Amino acid sequence: MTTPHGAVLKDTEPAQDRPIVELRGAGKSYGNIRALHGVSLAVHPGKVTCVLGDNGAGKSTLIKIVSGLHQHTEGEFLVDGEPVRFTTPREALDRGIATVYQDLATVPLMPVWRNFFLGSEMTKGPWPIRRLDIAAMKKTADHELREMGIVLDDLEQPIGTLSGGQRQCVAIARAVYFGARVLILDEPTAALGVKQSGVVLKYIAAARDRGLGVIFITHNPHHAYMVGDHFSVLRLGTLELSASRDQVSLEELTNHMAGGAELAALKHELSQVRGVDVDELPEEDDLTAPVAGTEGKA
Amino acid sequence: MSMTQHADPAVTTPPAPGSKETDGRTAQRSLALRLLARPEVGVFLGAVAVLVFFLITAPPVRDGGAMANILYQSSTIGIMALPVALLMIGGEFDLSAGVAVITSALTASMISYQLTMNVWVGVIVALAVSLGIGFFNGWMLVKTGLPSFLVTLGTFLILQGANLAITKWVTGNVATDDISNMDGFSQAKALFASSFEVGGVQVKITIVWWLVFAALATWVLLRTKYGNWIFAVGGNKESARAVGVPVTFTKISLFMLVGFGAWFVGMHNLFSFNTVQSGEGVGQELIYIAAAVIGGCLLTGGYGSAIGPVFGAFMFGMVQQGIVYAGWNPDWFKAFLGVMLLGATLINLWVRQTATRR
Repeated sequence: MTTPHGAVLKDTEPAQDRPIVELRGAGKSYGNIRALHGVSLAVHPGKVTCVLGDNGAGKSTLIKIVSGLHQHTEGEFLVDGEPVRFTTPREALDRGIATVYQDLATVPLMPVWRNFFLGSEMTKGPWPIRRLDIAAMKKTADHELREMGIVLDDLEQPIGTLSGGQRQCVAIARAVYFGARVLILDEPTAALGVKQSGVVLKYIAAARDRGLGVIFITHNPHHAYMVGDHFSVLRLGTLELSASRDQVSLEELTNHMAGGAELAALKHELSQVRGVDVDELPEEDDLTAPVAGTEGKA
Repeated sequence: MSMTQHADPAVTTPPAPGSKETDGRTAQRSLALRLLARPEVGVFLGAVAVLVFFLITAPPVRDGGAMANILYQSSTIGIMALPVALLMIGGEFDLSAGVAVITSALTASMISYQLTMNVWVGVIVALAVSLGIGFFNGWMLVKTGLPSFLVTLGTFLILQGANLAITKWVTGNVATDDISNMDGFSQAKALFASSFEVGGVQVKITIVWWLVFAALATWVLLRTKYGNWIFAVGGNKESARAVGVPVTFTKISLFMLVGFGAWFVGMHNLFSFNTVQSGEGVGQELIYIAAAVIGGCLLTGGYGSAIGPVFGAFMFGMVQQGIVYAGWNPDWFKAFLGVMLLGATLINLWVRQTATRR
């Protein structure tokens, strides 16, 4: 743990069991639309908490509350056991909560090391000639990236020449270096290929091993199950499942993720529709296929 | 353009990694290729080509006096091209830069003459006005979220009209009165428009200022926090904001820097000609932008240098004077420039793509 702010160990060590970030029955309404309701979630240091859910399930709303973009309208949001209400992302950052957005992490045409220190550049010298400490920045960036298992031979290359997964990893390493205690990853694997996703998952594990609490937002239960310690499945703004790794299997998780009972009902409806007009619904076969074993074709 | 530029490698890299344990993710590109990838190299080669061309076709150019004249011509464009280039790297451009030069000169001239004050009073007020125009441009841009094309087009028209109207209203003429016998004139002239002798050749002081400003701009761009921010706000404004770069401050200050440049060139015009024509300056803004683009700055922001525009401005000065020295019809100047602009841009694009491709 080589975070420059030193806040990591001080706060987390005395109470190892205490979650860094905790939501208790939190919710958020936009006017009369309830986007999130009664969600409880705890993020412990050195653990990966996965938040799963289909589009519109409330995942985004959840991370926006934690990262300080929105405020919750019900329930409690605690950081280190004390209730908070962030008004800007900066406040969340100051408490060690860093969010890595999928497309909002880097400036493509700038070199890797400049990206790494962007907004928090190291400088040397007195004011009129205060300048970037380029040697120190390159050295630190290289060291930090290696620490996370990312080896780049040319830190001068524009970060846009890296693959999507690597860029994401640089952003993660960066957040870790600047004192993040909780890392929120917003669908980091969504736009990536299989191999790339593997790379990102590896760094999520690396961040976890360095003692960070990770909130991993995804809609891919397979990815989640590879690194997750706790799984929360959201559906229509409420918590459908909250279980630790030993309480749930990948199969169950996938089932919950797919909406379980809801899907069965949907299938029933579809088969009725099919009875009415078979030829007009060619895609229905695909829809029913995974669960079709039990019911067959009507 | 920039999108495809960095989308390409991202697509081609996945099969590349191979052994991840070693540093060998990428083969080291040759020194020549890495050099070519620098934004200023293309324009440097272009400038050398134009220079050699005129040295051969126009013998008078070989004379030291002619070269000093060419450099002087380049410096008046170059001093403005620098902040315009920085602004462009920062992702914006300023259409009002040309007439803002005249606004600044008019302000200094009229304040000094009409109020019968020391010219330095006019010079200082003009600086405030120029910075104010820059601030207004930047502030409007940031507050409204409108593109800089629209905001500065508005300023351009406002200033163009105001220059003429206010000058006519104050002096009853389209030009300002001669201020050469006002207090402090010779001092100010020494700073903005004097010349000195080097080896029997008269060299204008603006050339020195041009190179000093270029060195300063290069240092700021590559070696300071602020320079880092300029690249960042031009490259990806939202990312920059997300990691804590003061985007608003950077954008507004860049526009004010253009204001400073306009002031400086305006003062040079005033103190070398003693009087200012209120209708001038229209079209100059495009010359500055062209010099910056020829100099390797990406029109969409996030990429470029301060040295490139120096060579870009030199190419302009060279062609402008070279045509005259070669004895050709100077009416062709603009056409020549257009060809040069397109050629340089294409070469830049090609060079960058070749150099960054793996």
